[in-house]
Amino acid sequence: MDSRIDLNKINSIQYDVLKEIGNIGAGNATTALSQMINKRVNMKVPKVDLLEFKELSDIVGGAEKPVVGILFTLDGNINGMMMFMMDLDASRHLVNLLLGGAYVSETGEFSEMEKSALNEIGNIIAGAYLSSLSALTNLTITSSIPYMAIDMAGAILSVPAIEFGKIGDKALLIETEFGDEIRAVNGYFILIPTIESYYAILTSLGL
Amino acid sequence: MNELIKVGMADLNVCCPPKGLTTLGLGSCVGIVLYDPVSKVAGMAHIMLPDSTKIVNNENKAKFADTGIDMMISNMKKLGANTNRLIAKIAGGAQMFSFSNNIEMMRIGDRNVEATKLKLAQLGIPIVAEDTGANYGRTIEFYPETGVLKVKSVGRPEKLL
Repeated sequence: MDSRIDLNKINSIQYDVLKEIGNIGAGNATTALSQMINKRVNMKVPKVDLLEFKELSDIVGGAEKPVVGILFTLDGNINGMMMFMMDLDASRHLVNLLLGGAYVSETGEFSEMEKSALNEIGNIIAGAYLSSLSALTNLTITSSIPYMAIDMAGAILSVPAIEFGKIGDKALLIETEFGDEIRAVNGYFILIPTIESYYAILTSLGL
Repeated sequence: MNELIKVGMADLNVCCPPKGLTTLGLGSCVGIVLYDPVSKVAGMAHIMLPDSTKIVNNENKAKFADTGIDMMISNMKKLGANTNRLIAKIAGGAQMFSFSNNIEMMRIGDRNVEATKLKLAQLGIPIVAEDTGANYGRTIEFYPETGVLKVKSVGRPEKLL
């Protein structure tokens, strides 16, 4: 295990770089989403926070709030995982944009069609984020198929939090707000490289 | 309604009646309740990882099954608990995502449960109730007055253990 990197002692330059990667990634994701639904999608500048585990679920509206989490495992020069999370309303809205409203139920559980659309949204967003990370660092990153879970925010966040827990007591959360003219929704990215990969990212950027 | 003390992720707390303890949204983490039925002193931990000795940054004792249980017992003693009378109730350790390719990541919930059971067995503390595994999140509430552990999940009936 490499102890040179400690997320608790991250310096401001490293923090800024991670923020910038978040910015660019979210921008790419928005463009990709916009092309897919053939509509303009707006995005605000993402908020990036380094949070204690205890605070993590409060940001997204409480540990018991039901959310959709889409998780990818990462391979190649960077190992670890990445997660995209949205609340149920935001998920319904995005599915609605993608499917043109034809298949969307207002309440209740998501149908298989809707789940598949959500997975695709996760794919687009994660792919855009990872390609910007890959372009900036010159590292090869491949991601797994999307794994989706719909459950309490705390329970879903426990999976990336545990991975983060191996290297520190804080997690890096990127919050981004996007939507069409009618409505904006919030989505959250969490990137969890393994400690070796974290080091690889920062080294490749000369930090 | 009695006051419930909130236990966060990688956190622990102890209390006496009429107060109770709760931790929200357990996923692959494990919620461990220790209880002395005579003095009614209770403790709750929300552990994230099985073993503190495998991790470099292990200052937060409440994060690990092994050190979390030790710390909880020492805090409970200060409130008058007798370690010979302790019983345990555990919940959580779910597998939230059905990974197809990564064995270690997939089994973290199970490994947390196994480590918890091993540590409790070493200390001779019997597990009198458990609701672990499966693929859904759990919120737990413990009431030292009655010794009842309430388990709540999304779209499932409440359980009393």
